[in-house]
Amino acid sequence: MKVTRRQFVRGGVAAFTVSYAAPAFLADIARAQGASRRNLVVLYLSGGNDALSTLIPYTDAHYYSRRPTLAVPASSVLQVGSDASGKALGLHPRLTGLRQIFDAGDLAIIQRTGYPNSSRSHFLGTDIWSTANPANSSGTGWLGRYLDALPDPVDPLVGWSTVRELPHSLEGKRVSVPAIPSVAGYAFASPNSGAEAQYSRATMTAIASHVPVDRPHLAFVNGTSMAALATLDRVASVASYTGTVTYANNGLAQALKAVAGAIARGIGTKVFWVQTGGFDTHAGQGTNQTNGAYANLMGTVGDSLLAFYTDMRNQGLLQDTLVLQFSEFGRRVIENGSQGTDHGAAGVMMAVGGGVNGGLYGTAAGLNPANADGTLENNGNDVRYETDFRSVYARVLDQWLGADSVSILGGDYRKNTLTFL
Amino acid sequence: MASASDWPLLDHVLRRAGFGATAVERDYYRQMSYTEIVDELVGFDPDTGGVDHLIQTSGYVGVTARNGVFAPNTVINDARQRWLFRMVHSPAPLQEKMAMFWHHHFATAYTKLAGTYGATEGARLMAAVPAQDSAGVRGQIELFRQSGLGRFRDLLVEVARDPAMIVWLDGRTNVKRQPQENFGRELMELFTFGIGHYTEADVYAAARVFTGWNLTLLGTRNTPTARYAFNYNAAQHDTDAKVFSFPIYSNGSKTIPARAAAAGMQDGLDLIATLAGHPETARRLARRFWTWFVSDVEEPDAAWVDKLAAVYLANDTMIRPVLREVLLSTQFRNPSRYFARYAWPVEFVVRAMKEVGYVGYSVNSALTPLVNMGQQLFEPPDVNGWALGPAWFSTGAMLARMNYASALATNQRFELRDQSRPYKASPQTLIDFAASRLTLPALPSTMTTALQDYVRAGGTWTGSEAQLLSKTGGLFHLLVGSGEFQFV
Repeated sequence: MKVTRRQFVRGGVAAFTVSYAAPAFLADIARAQGASRRNLVVLYLSGGNDALSTLIPYTDAHYYSRRPTLAVPASSVLQVGSDASGKALGLHPRLTGLRQIFDAGDLAIIQRTGYPNSSRSHFLGTDIWSTANPANSSGTGWLGRYLDALPDPVDPLVGWSTVRELPHSLEGKRVSVPAIPSVAGYAFASPNSGAEAQYSRATMTAIASHVPVDRPHLAFVNGTSMAALATLDRVASVASYTGTVTYANNGLAQALKAVAGAIARGIGTKVFWVQTGGFDTHAGQGTNQTNGAYANLMGTVGDSLLAFYTDMRNQGLLQDTLVLQFSEFGRRVIENGSQGTDHGAAGVMMAVGGGVNGGLYGTAAGLNPANADGTLENNGNDVRYETDFRSVYARVLDQWLGADSVSILGGDYRKNTLTFL
Repeated sequence: MASASDWPLLDHVLRRAGFGATAVERDYYRQMSYTEIVDELVGFDPDTGGVDHLIQTSGYVGVTARNGVFAPNTVINDARQRWLFRMVHSPAPLQEKMAMFWHHHFATAYTKLAGTYGATEGARLMAAVPAQDSAGVRGQIELFRQSGLGRFRDLLVEVARDPAMIVWLDGRTNVKRQPQENFGRELMELFTFGIGHYTEADVYAAARVFTGWNLTLLGTRNTPTARYAFNYNAAQHDTDAKVFSFPIYSNGSKTIPARAAAAGMQDGLDLIATLAGHPETARRLARRFWTWFVSDVEEPDAAWVDKLAAVYLANDTMIRPVLREVLLSTQFRNPSRYFARYAWPVEFVVRAMKEVGYVGYSVNSALTPLVNMGQQLFEPPDVNGWALGPAWFSTGAMLARMNYASALATNQRFELRDQSRPYKASPQTLIDFAASRLTLPALPSTMTTALQDYVRAGGTWTGSEAQLLSKTGGLFHLLVGSGEFQFV
């Protein structure tokens, strides 16, 4: 996996260096590309989110019998009505923030998302969701391909990863997306001050501008340095952003604050990547304890999204903003001996934004291991997918980003009934 | 004795099998032939030659004690400092290099341990030296330092019994009523032969194999003699037969037989022996050695992989002879492989200290920059380890590298000014001095032109003390922060 990914990045180096834009024009490009102000914020819950604890089938007796210690009592779930199959569903009790957004009609929940023969491997699973290609998950990312298809020249800040590692989803052939884990730390230091510091920055820029075609790896690193040096000043303008709400002091909330700042300051970024971990809950999952591990995860996700949502709404930016949440797989229906759950299959996706048609999409699995309704797999132990995740991507690409999903996804995954956008 | 034409090869092997070399170390190795160097690098004795006793003595890179206490066996940031100190100063650099390799291969993160048993236990389980621990706890990294070049089969058994791993992959709760799949899956997917060689059913069978491989608390809780230790809990072992999709035994049998609970630990030993000796494990390890030692900008050479895999199998899974073969191979020695690997953040940081200087510098100053570069020791992002190669080079991480170069050059600028005086005749002699201190490839003319412009910027070059102070520090910042220095 890793080797082939490296191989691919290598293949992209030459194209990247050729299309690299001179820094002087970047602001113009950003403005031009900002003509459509819509942006996409992808939220990845890493580790394999336990969908059955996020959206809880609280009237399914087998949910309680198969999860004797982990089930959330029906009395405490946040009811959100019933899905098309008539199954009553509720959000995890700590998702009060999402419940507010749901009630406002700006949250769509898409049940049983996945793909055939779901991988139970974190790494293969993540690569499949990133490339949108279960058959060959070593190529470019689906968002990278979207960015690659934008008209030349592409501004380096057209994408923005709030995590240190560039996510596979954002790997493209010619677009190098910057990783900005900390807006404040995104600055250039020098041993000297004043004019000497300016000489240093100018010299570092001159050195990095060397992108030899016969040394593609050096060209790649130098190109990364160039992208960093060219974006410093615009990123710095986000550092002072305070927002209209208070963002909690955790990684997810602070990342969303930086995203809000970039949107509010009109940086021109089209795709943001936000990520939060801890979802590989094999042991001590703590779904139904006040400060259980999973309960705290849900609290962080729900509260952070509500803060971001409110901040965008307060500034009239909600109509331009879409958050799309996913995880690499759902978890086993039955709990294990460690008060946790092992790797499973289909999961749940969510979309938040002013352009979202809120509500419940798809149908919940029946958790009876006899599996009379065919909603389970793996001897009744895992949830079978109903909506291909690529159909969700297709909707976002076609209806939100104005792109061509068939070419970007390499196939026609459009699904007319999936009307969340 | 190596001839001057071999010096680039010596620098190459010291960057790959170690973390670069100081000027003194380069002189030392230049007295030896290449084969002698390889034999010395590979032949270290893990029980001698440690440098821990040199910590906090003069002439070495510093560590920072918090509130006057340096506690590398119980405080994780101090354990990080100690490991960096060893990387800078160990006379057996391959010991630390391979500990780093296994730390990536068996990637275990401190945070989960600390979240389970508290910060002190987490640091002990990751990094304690047995002789320095109140109850003789051996941290996981000490296992890798001790046994990293021994039999891989034995290493796998020790890893399966390692308390840090048992917490990390939830083996402590693997019981017969509900087997816990985490370790069994990663043992096959990541630690041995890799995806494509086992089925989902094999994962479930492997989980049952390791039922009862749990932990126990020895001694009295909350006293210095208490420690978590491996415990085979026979009562929690699934005694039924386990059927795999691949042969477990030399007679071709794919079934681990039903065994009495008391004898059930043999299940795991049988599975590990099979996986360790599997030809695909041999090839997977060989490919990883290619990426680690030879090149991560080109695919592994197929014949090379087969040859190294054969050495591994012929030596009963011993790692030491494999590494000797790696370093002596023509593929490794080929000059086209010099600087053909993206430097890991830890390699970049330690090499910079060794080549720029460290007197008056504390390794503590490197801890936050390493986080910003994407590599915190004892904290791999997940069980798959770190994403390597170009993945290290996001814009944010590249800025962190440039800024680390700036901080180190700033810290060392008085030393550098003093050392650069003999080379102050012209901007070019100053640049040559800096470039020769750093084991860099020949610099492109665009770069030397830019550096000359830099030295001249702000006024005519006279070689004054003030100019030497600002420009020498500035040059080391620019060179260490340049793309050229990001390869080893």
